[in-house]
Amino acid sequence: MNRSVALLKLVFLTPAVVGLGVFAFVPIVASVVLSLFHWDLLSAPTFAGADNYAALVQDASLWSSLVNTLGYVVIGVIAQIAISLGLALLVDSLRWRWVKAATRSVFFFPLVLSAASVSIFMKYFFDENFGVVNWFLSVLGVPAVPWFTSPVGAYALVIIVYVWQNVGFTFLLFLGGLAQIPEDVREAAMLDGAGPWQRFRSVTMPLLSPTTLTASVMAIISGFQIFEQPFVLTAGGPGDSTQSMVMSIYEKGFRDLDFGSASAIGVVLLLIILLVTAVQFRLSRRFVFYQ
Amino acid sequence: MTAHAPATLRPNGPAPARPRSVPSPGRLLGNVGKASLLVVALVLTLGPVIWTVSTSFRTPAESFTLPPQLFPASPTIDAYTQVFASIDFWMLVYNSVLVTALITASQMFSAAFAGYVFARYPSRGMSAAFALVLVTLMVPIQVTIIPVFMIVRGMGLSDTLLALIIPAIPTAFGTFLMRQHFRSVPAELGEAAMVDGAGPWRTFFSVYLPLGWPAMAIVGVLAFNSHWNEFFRPLVLELSEKNFTLPLGLVTLQGNLGTGSVSVVLAGVVLAALPAIIVFLFGQRALRSGLTSGAIK
Repeated sequence: MNRSVALLKLVFLTPAVVGLGVFAFVPIVASVVLSLFHWDLLSAPTFAGADNYAALVQDASLWSSLVNTLGYVVIGVIAQIAISLGLALLVDSLRWRWVKAATRSVFFFPLVLSAASVSIFMKYFFDENFGVVNWFLSVLGVPAVPWFTSPVGAYALVIIVYVWQNVGFTFLLFLGGLAQIPEDVREAAMLDGAGPWQRFRSVTMPLLSPTTLTASVMAIISGFQIFEQPFVLTAGGPGDSTQSMVMSIYEKGFRDLDFGSASAIGVVLLLIILLVTAVQFRLSRRFVFYQ
Repeated sequence: MTAHAPATLRPNGPAPARPRSVPSPGRLLGNVGKASLLVVALVLTLGPVIWTVSTSFRTPAESFTLPPQLFPASPTIDAYTQVFASIDFWMLVYNSVLVTALITASQMFSAAFAGYVFARYPSRGMSAAFALVLVTLMVPIQVTIIPVFMIVRGMGLSDTLLALIIPAIPTAFGTFLMRQHFRSVPAELGEAAMVDGAGPWRTFFSVYLPLGWPAMAIVGVLAFNSHWNEFFRPLVLELSEKNFTLPLGLVTLQGNLGTGSVSVVLAGVVLAALPAIIVFLFGQRALRSGLTSGAIK
């Protein structure tokens, strides 16, 4: 019987644990190691020490991909959190259940599409000359926005398309968080004569703070991985103006065959993600109000 | 809080008149504002999608009609036949179906198997193995793609569909989810089966596995959604067109599609989205709880 249990453990654990070890854990360690080498896949790797990192610091286009990505995260996450919180409050306050369910489905829908497909149709939707968006702006009397030919327009486009698709995710988190706030707490505040704004500030927001923290952290981490939108919509252009860090990993590695530098960018990205996660743990202990 | 209880609050008396029955001007204005905000948000969310579907049924001459029309003036499925004529669309479909189906099935089972062992046989060694799972949960594929590419190449799998499938058999998140799920099953159930003479294998397959299906469905729907739509790994791991999946094919073969009109490209986009939309319609609840369960720490 004991041998049978041991065999079951071995057989059941192997696919997941060995698989994750080989295809996820080893690669984490390997990217750190690779980042210390020069390797173009054709000749043998040579030790580079911190050369790849030093080169990163000096490479202007890599700096702009880092700065662009930080900007995507800051602007994109703030927009995403603000819009999704607003939508969640709105949908949560609806009285008819079927309207609630239907609107929830609509705001969630873009998540089931592929980011690549979304970027393809948004490219035509935002077309500078024939697109629906610039036509609508012209109706409002706003001059055509150069969505693809100006750095600012292209940058805004990438953020808009990214937020459009991802807002549904944090929306679902907020809607779940709102559903957990007990009805009697809100009613008590109402009976105490608190207005809508006061109820939001002093009751809803504090009780929603664990959700807000998790939603922000998850949005930040996925924001750092932005790739399809700039890759498909703008190819990183004009110039380097919409280039993201993951695009730089892809191009350094698979276009320039500079696997050492590509790994170094990956390590930087990894450190940023670990830092964000660590900050989350600290913050959740200090500021978040758990009921 | 009780100190401020208003005089109108009588526990057993009739409920106080609800202010809703006669809406005050302020409340009415609030409701109108709420409704219009909701309509704007719905239009902004669905607008691009409806435009895409509608344009895919237009003739080339009509495809950029402005102002945008909800329905094509002369609806045609030419763009759809054009998709199949200009690129090997069936091959993209075949690759995507094969890759996604195999990944989905293997993630469901690899996660259920490992999650079960983690939940049912805790020990120090198990905790170490589970810690490894949790570490990999935090690190996205974009960060480790270079070593993954090397490992796949070393295994002689580069530019094959197996390059996409094999590294995606295990799932850290799914394993975590299944462990949580099986931990909520009372241990007495397994012990009772053992007493009745069932060995460890029988106990799993006839007692635990049937109880695991709801959570496995969540793992499956999540796996389907992310791998059907996946772009980054195929872009890096597949070189020849014959191994392209739908998202990769649509992006890289846009040039071949777009020669006539955007309608053809958009028809491709619509076709590629259909299976995901079907899963959305029938598996929405599982998908929602799967996506948000990552947030419960």
